[in-house]
Amino acid sequence: MTDKADLEKLEAEFTTAIADAVDVETLEAVRVAALGKKGRVSELMKGLGAMSPEERKEAGPALNGLKDRLTDALSLRKQALHQAGLEARLSNERIDVTLPVRESPLETGRIHPLSQVWDEVVAIFADMGFAVEQGPDIETDHYNFSALNFPEGHPAREMHDTFYFEPDASGARKLLRTHTSPVQVRTMEAGKPPFRFICPGRTYRCDSDQTHTPQFHQIEGVVIDETTHMGHLKWTLEEFLRAFFEVEGVELRMRPSFFPFTEPSMEVDVRCARLGNEIRIGEGDDWLEILGCGMVHPNVLRASGIDPDKYQGFAFGMGLDRIAMLKYGIPDLRAFFEADLRWLRHYGFAALDVPTLAGGLSS
Amino acid sequence: MKFTLSWLKQPLETDATLDEIVERLTMLGLEVESVEDPAKKLAVFSVAKVLEAKPHPDADKLQVLKVEALVDGEMKQLQVVCGAPNARAGLTGVFAPPGATIPASGMVLKPTKIRGVESNGMMCSERELELSDDHVGIIDLEGHWKVGTSAAEVLGCNDPVIEIAITPNRPDCLGVYGVARDLAAAGLGRLREGSFPPVAGTFESPVGIRLEFPAGAENACPVFAGRLIRGVKNGPSPDWLQNWLKAVGLRPINALVDITNFISLDRGRPLHVYDAAKLKGDIRARLGHKGEKLLALDGKEYNVGPDMCVIADDENVLGFGGVMGGEESGSTVQTSDVFVESAYFDPYRTARTGRDTGIVSDARYRFERGVDPAFVLPGLELATKMILEICGGEPSNLVVAGKVPDTSKLISFNPARIEKLTGLSLPVTEATRILTALGFGVKDEAGKLAVSVPSWRPDIDGEADLVEEVVRVHGLDNVKSVALPRLHAVAKPVLSIRQRRERMARRALAARGLVEAVTWSFVPERHAELFGGGNATPGLKLANPMSADMSHMRPSLLAGLIAAAGRNMARGFADVALFEVGQQFEGDAPEAQVLAATGLRRGTARPLGSGRHWQGKSGSVEAMDAKADAAALLLLLGAPVANLQVSADAPGWYHPGRSGVFRLGPKNVLGYFGELHPRILDAMDVAGPVVAFEVFPDAIPEPKRKATRAKPPLELPDLQPLRRDFAFVVDEIVAAEQLIRAARGVDKKLIVDVSLFDVFEGGALGEGKKSLAIEVTLQPVEKTLTDEDIEAVSKRIVAAVEKATGGTLRS
Repeated sequence: MTDKADLEKLEAEFTTAIADAVDVETLEAVRVAALGKKGRVSELMKGLGAMSPEERKEAGPALNGLKDRLTDALSLRKQALHQAGLEARLSNERIDVTLPVRESPLETGRIHPLSQVWDEVVAIFADMGFAVEQGPDIETDHYNFSALNFPEGHPAREMHDTFYFEPDASGARKLLRTHTSPVQVRTMEAGKPPFRFICPGRTYRCDSDQTHTPQFHQIEGVVIDETTHMGHLKWTLEEFLRAFFEVEGVELRMRPSFFPFTEPSMEVDVRCARLGNEIRIGEGDDWLEILGCGMVHPNVLRASGIDPDKYQGFAFGMGLDRIAMLKYGIPDLRAFFEADLRWLRHYGFAALDVPTLAGGLSS
Repeated sequence: MKFTLSWLKQPLETDATLDEIVERLTMLGLEVESVEDPAKKLAVFSVAKVLEAKPHPDADKLQVLKVEALVDGEMKQLQVVCGAPNARAGLTGVFAPPGATIPASGMVLKPTKIRGVESNGMMCSERELELSDDHVGIIDLEGHWKVGTSAAEVLGCNDPVIEIAITPNRPDCLGVYGVARDLAAAGLGRLREGSFPPVAGTFESPVGIRLEFPAGAENACPVFAGRLIRGVKNGPSPDWLQNWLKAVGLRPINALVDITNFISLDRGRPLHVYDAAKLKGDIRARLGHKGEKLLALDGKEYNVGPDMCVIADDENVLGFGGVMGGEESGSTVQTSDVFVESAYFDPYRTARTGRDTGIVSDARYRFERGVDPAFVLPGLELATKMILEICGGEPSNLVVAGKVPDTSKLISFNPARIEKLTGLSLPVTEATRILTALGFGVKDEAGKLAVSVPSWRPDIDGEADLVEEVVRVHGLDNVKSVALPRLHAVAKPVLSIRQRRERMARRALAARGLVEAVTWSFVPERHAELFGGGNATPGLKLANPMSADMSHMRPSLLAGLIAAAGRNMARGFADVALFEVGQQFEGDAPEAQVLAATGLRRGTARPLGSGRHWQGKSGSVEAMDAKADAAALLLLLGAPVANLQVSADAPGWYHPGRSGVFRLGPKNVLGYFGELHPRILDAMDVAGPVVAFEVFPDAIPEPKRKATRAKPPLELPDLQPLRRDFAFVVDEIVAAEQLIRAARGVDKKLIVDVSLFDVFEGGALGEGKKSLAIEVTLQPVEKTLTDEDIEAVSKRIVAAVEKATGGTLRS
């Protein structure tokens, strides 16, 4: 039974059975039949003990060789079957990759252009060392007018189309601030020079058309120290506008004007090109009025408890909504406050689109 | 303020071109708003002659003219059909060739046939060229004009009209002369200073003048001068005067009125003329009396107030001082004796009278900004001279009551101020030259300048004002940019915690799929009331709202957001997720303005997506969606989330059973969330369900600033955590949080997490019961837990939960 021919026959038989096994179960049955406890090869190996040393010397290696070869063949076949099974499974596992996925909240959420522009403005001025100060929307006559050198009854007050509240028991009536300048006074009263800050905020005037709404937003900037002059003002505005509009050649024109709280007072135009409804900053032959500014009036410093003979500086103010409209080509101011989802999705910004100086203000 | 170029060139001797003048005006702070050159619109119109006029064969009122005209540089004879009654052979008029645009109608002429007869071009009337309202006939030019001469030249329309905006601080430029003074100071010509020698009277004025003010109100009209001129012949004023007035938009009325209007526009000096025959006794300036009325020149009747300064005779109020005269005492073409008034009225009282009456007039505009008090008498002399020249007559002596107020000011001006404020270095001589040219008196006193302010510049008070005068005339374009010194090599952070939270709130909510809205700060009263505002909070109602729908300051951002959701639904967008971060008002004090981060979700606009989708539709929004938004926001804003309490007592605008409040301690409310009350949605006409949240970032305590930025060391236990599940049957009203806290509290070291993974109601549990299942995570630190250890802690958990909730372990 253990002669060479028999073994060869046995090997051929099992080799065929292994090759013919179509699945893992059949293959396992072959393994048990050959190498299991009562497998035919195992049985033969059990017989080795009863053999004479000579017989064993010949049969031992032959049987061990057979066992090793069958083990290898089984293993190879097992891998092959495994591979084939996997391939068969995968060939049935299929999806339509063109099916649409759900939009993630990150895609559907939006930041209002006003907030976006506000973050841009802060990024620029923070780099120039400006703090951010805020104040209340409901103001007193004192902070909105008197402390800002608007005398009682002065025609300049009438230019402001002020919203007033019903008078209280004492007859005093509060108002909605017509500009962010009251924050200048509140901030300077509460602190000590030098100052360098911007104040953003919502402001109100009784006015309504395509470019005026009863509420709008301003950003005001103030620098007070012992040396800051109009040249610094011009530089600050140039650098701000260059950074904000993300164009190189910003050219400014300062014109004398009048605001009660600055002296001298100026309006600032920026060079632009008008192409139909589009306005391009930094090119062309036209001028666009963009902000008002001046040197803080000595009376305002005095009203804020600051010695105007020692301290001086500038203030400027511009419409946040307006610069948002200019930069992003938004045609109608009224739409800012209508909360129309179509408008917000179109003109709004993604949550992660955070403006930075390092990465650029807008993408 | 409007004037023509030729008018400006009366007081300003200059060779400057129109463009140079316009540019300089703007750079002086007299911003040019428009320049209109009437010659431009008349460019294609020219003089033509009617050679022949024959009746139209087919129309009684039409004639067929043969007209000689210059067309495209060629002399032509053209056939023109014309309906004007004055058309005749030999008439010289103004011709519009085919292709011309008629200014009045905007119509473009084309060769055409009128009742079968060819017509090429048109003979024009004055109305068609916007010269006057005359449309009776075509223009019939006097004198000999060559055919082809430009119409602008013939019609005297070649005088450009300049309109400038005058800021309220520059009343001196409300007269052409003042504008000329600025231009001359800026080097654009020479100012021709007028002189106004007193006109000798030939008799005493029969009309006297009195000032009758109570003590304290004398400044209402400190000086009042006048003079009677008798035997004037009032009629149309001369062409030059009419042309200028028309060019700037004033209708010529009669010579007397035109003269006062001219002096008002030319010198910024308002005057008034009375028909002396209609006066009863003396003229006086006094305060008004209650019950008095005035029929003003605008044809309207006004009530006189006791604080108003009026002009009156013995019987009637004749006018509001500095604002408007009366209809009845005004001059007409029949007037033969006139009384001319020149006075100074207090700006503030004039402004108040103007506001109270609502009258807008050239006089008010000037007096409330401040006219030159020193020009009261020169203005009267100028008016007298012009009236005598144009209307003839005989002047009385002057009558003057009161005296010209002393407005003189002397400013000690350190010229170094100029460079300190502007960065511009310019010689003192140049500053002195500019100030002198503007009419200031300048004396050098030991390095400082003693500057006296001219009477026409009420706006100049101190050194800063003088600096402005010098730099604006010298040219602001000379100011050079100078870098603002950098405070820190690397910029320091500037935002406060509140400001950082405000932006974090925006980005966080947008990242959760909500869209940021910015809505109005004011809401209708009925909406304010829905959210605890309205009459409940006094001081938040506007006295002069834009409209009834914008009457109250919002007590909650929800009012605007719900209305916005409704508008979007009406446009076909049913799934709305909006938020706003902004101010809401609990009162009118600064601290009553509260920052809120508020959002709502409507329809199926749930946090993970909205609408139908092949992977499953999202379903309707739920109160828990709003809780998730609020909780995520609170966490990101730095609230100590583990210490927050949630209770079911949200304000009345939330669903009473499906809403909650986040608190830190018993009083500090950090936010609300839940389904909105159906009553609110009904009132605002918005279909639900709508869930919402309101978070108040300022209520979150500020974190303590730590000494270093280092985070605490990370301690990783070597042993594996193990997890055990428990389910308890409790009464339906038991809050899940109670159960979780009880389990958590058993061993705060060992139990590192308790999560609730199942809520089950009904079935075998029976009415009023529910099952809550939790997974408890145990983290052994020092040694592996034995079965006995685990058993012991499990027992304690069961005991603690049963004690806290009255429930039982579900078997």
